[in-house]
Amino acid sequence: MKKTLLYFVYSLLPTAYCLLPTSSYSQQDSSSSSQNAIYNRPFISLGKTNTAVGGYLEGNTNYFSEDGVTEGFSMELRRFNIFLYSRIHERIKFISELEFEHGTEEIALETALLDFEFHPAFNLRAGILLPQIGLVNANHDSPKWDFVERPISSTAIIPTTLSEVGVGFHGKFFSNAGTVAYDVYLMNGLQDGIILNEEGRTHLASGKNPEMFGEDNNGVPMFNARLAFSNSKLGEIGLSWYGGVYNSFRLDGVEVDAKRKLSLTAFDLSTAIRKLKIQGELAFVKIQVPEGLEELYGTNQYGAFLELGHPILKKKMLGFEDAQLSVHLRAEKADFNQGTFVFDGSKIGDEVSALSFGLSWRPLAGSVIRANYRYHWIYDFFGNPPAHLGGIQVGIATYF
Amino acid sequence: MLKYISLLLITAIALVSCSKLVPPEPAPEEVLAGTVPGLTQAQEKEHLVGDAFFGKVFGTADGLGPVFVQTTCSNCHVGNGKGHPSTMVTRFGNNQGSAFDYLNNKGGAQLQPRAIAGYVPEYLPSEANVITRRLAPIVMGLGYIAALSDQSILANADSADLNGDGISGRPCYVDPSSFFIPQSFHIPNNGKYIGRFGKKAEKVTLLDQVVFALKQDIGITSDFDPQDIFNPLSGNFTGDQVADPEVSSYVVNSLVFYMRTLKAPERRNAEDPDVKEGEKLFGQIGCESCHKPDHVTAVSDIEALSNKTFHPFSDFLLHDMGPALDDGYPEGGAASNEWRTPALWGLGLAETTQGGKMFLLHDGRATGIEQALSFHGGESQNARNAFFTLSETQRKQVIKFLMSL
Repeated sequence: MKKTLLYFVYSLLPTAYCLLPTSSYSQQDSSSSSQNAIYNRPFISLGKTNTAVGGYLEGNTNYFSEDGVTEGFSMELRRFNIFLYSRIHERIKFISELEFEHGTEEIALETALLDFEFHPAFNLRAGILLPQIGLVNANHDSPKWDFVERPISSTAIIPTTLSEVGVGFHGKFFSNAGTVAYDVYLMNGLQDGIILNEEGRTHLASGKNPEMFGEDNNGVPMFNARLAFSNSKLGEIGLSWYGGVYNSFRLDGVEVDAKRKLSLTAFDLSTAIRKLKIQGELAFVKIQVPEGLEELYGTNQYGAFLELGHPILKKKMLGFEDAQLSVHLRAEKADFNQGTFVFDGSKIGDEVSALSFGLSWRPLAGSVIRANYRYHWIYDFFGNPPAHLGGIQVGIATYF
Repeated sequence: MLKYISLLLITAIALVSCSKLVPPEPAPEEVLAGTVPGLTQAQEKEHLVGDAFFGKVFGTADGLGPVFVQTTCSNCHVGNGKGHPSTMVTRFGNNQGSAFDYLNNKGGAQLQPRAIAGYVPEYLPSEANVITRRLAPIVMGLGYIAALSDQSILANADSADLNGDGISGRPCYVDPSSFFIPQSFHIPNNGKYIGRFGKKAEKVTLLDQVVFALKQDIGITSDFDPQDIFNPLSGNFTGDQVADPEVSSYVVNSLVFYMRTLKAPERRNAEDPDVKEGEKLFGQIGCESCHKPDHVTAVSDIEALSNKTFHPFSDFLLHDMGPALDDGYPEGGAASNEWRTPALWGLGLAETTQGGKMFLLHDGRATGIEQALSFHGGESQNARNAFFTLSETQRKQVIKFLMSL
């Protein structure tokens, strides 16, 4: 799969480059695609110098109860992220993002990359980057979303926010029909903690490791690619893949274990029908696990979400021009183990479904006050009657 | 402006109504959770600490393995209830006729069929001619059983069947662990003590059971047993890369406290006429000879467990259960055909922790109560026969009674 994708993408590049000799370096794309997401932030356009500082702030209240058991009401300052952008040259850009979660509980350098634009269809990107997997990972800034929580499929299946040390290329091809965007990267990749972790299930997010910014755990890079098509009518659809060998099969040059691979495939959609905004993501994981662990650590997972948003009021409100009040609905599901029990072949549970309703008010495009109601049906490994989790969140998020 | 005020009001009402919009708590008798009545606030807090450890999933970084069965207590004792067939443990040995070899040098007595990455899981050796599987028991109400005096258990023993009722329950005397501290109600017998936990009553205390399960099921060493488990076929004393002991006595004691303070399952529909009639029949056909309904605890260091009447429907004695339930595997002081009478409380909620089905008996072979009864033999043969001679209505009443437990 990896080799095929590599061959496909790399064989496409020179051909595409030759077909577009008249493309202008300065050609701009104003779409809000995942590929552009890191530069589609308001702070960059505000400054008059080559360097700009910005960021976003996100906080919310929580009131949840699982089958009548509640911790009560609490508040959290979920994220305070600082961006630093510099246009080193007309075609060389630097951007970084430093994230503070829950105050200083977790501090992470989420992005620090350089983009060299050789041609709109051929840009070199290197540094700490956000792999292009699905809709949310590279486009996860909270002020862009109308729900406090990220979709389950985007966190528990796709391990958003996943940032990695990597290098690769991205670009766009423009035609009357629309824009084709591609991304191809090599990166150190997720590591051993995907299984035998404290989650007790296959959990890609547990494969993150601070050491992955320093060196690969197995000397075999992972590969990420995304191909997207967009136009003004369709919006954007994307197909992405991330995968490779994740386990430490080699220590001190000695092979101590079999190589085990993971494959994460995602389809995403972002479109609108009249004023109805539609976003969705469908992700599949296939993973090899050691013999005997297949039942406990699922070898196949999937997750999906579909989010609908519709403005109900857009006008001057409380002194804000073009303020917007909108309603939102999100349906989502994640199956963490699609396997079956060895003893009778019946389906393993370990899945969650959720429905969320939201109301958001945006005085500006990059600032939002939102209230959500979430309800989860949580099935344990054995498929027992579900636990019910429900709650209300009210939050704020804004770019600055 | 009126719109905004309305919106603010709606939002405010929604927030004030938070507790009305979230899932309600199930009725206490419908779930296997909750604490023994009368705990102090400090004890409630300690219970929650143990609860967290009970649900903790051990990963490689925590010392899981190197060989193991499950990664957390709560995977086997899901929802504190009876286990699911997929989490059964396997024990094996070699029956040599006059002697029984637990094949310790081949990975016995318990199989750990899983291993951390890069390590070799155990498999059943060719010498194993006895293989038995065990379903995890319910962990509710164990504090009451732990607080029962040996004298109370002995009061129901009749190993020579002197009363001639065909029931000859006997206490299971086993060697205590090195860290066993007898309480006032423990009575030694030639250095041995009565086992009351485990399907063959092979463990004297909950502490024994917790230390054993941490090591044999999860591969977690503790202050009480710091020697890590390993696959002898992979090399003796090779193991995970986490220093032993992997958990402290605090963790172990918290787990024990958690189990000691889980309440006994509550009855449902106890006043239903059919249930009451079923209860009467249950006694009349002789089931209560082993499944004793009432016991009283001795004085306990946990005041809420002192001198309390409880209803486990067990005598905590070993009984010959006949050839159909003879697993060929002697354990502790029990012969292969002997089993400790299991408590029946929580039986009616088995389906809520066993994936919507019912898996009964030591290896989950029975998928219903009638089927479980059909396997009863040995000392329980007469009660079994009496049950199957009842009318269909009466059998349903007995089952309805059992489902009310």
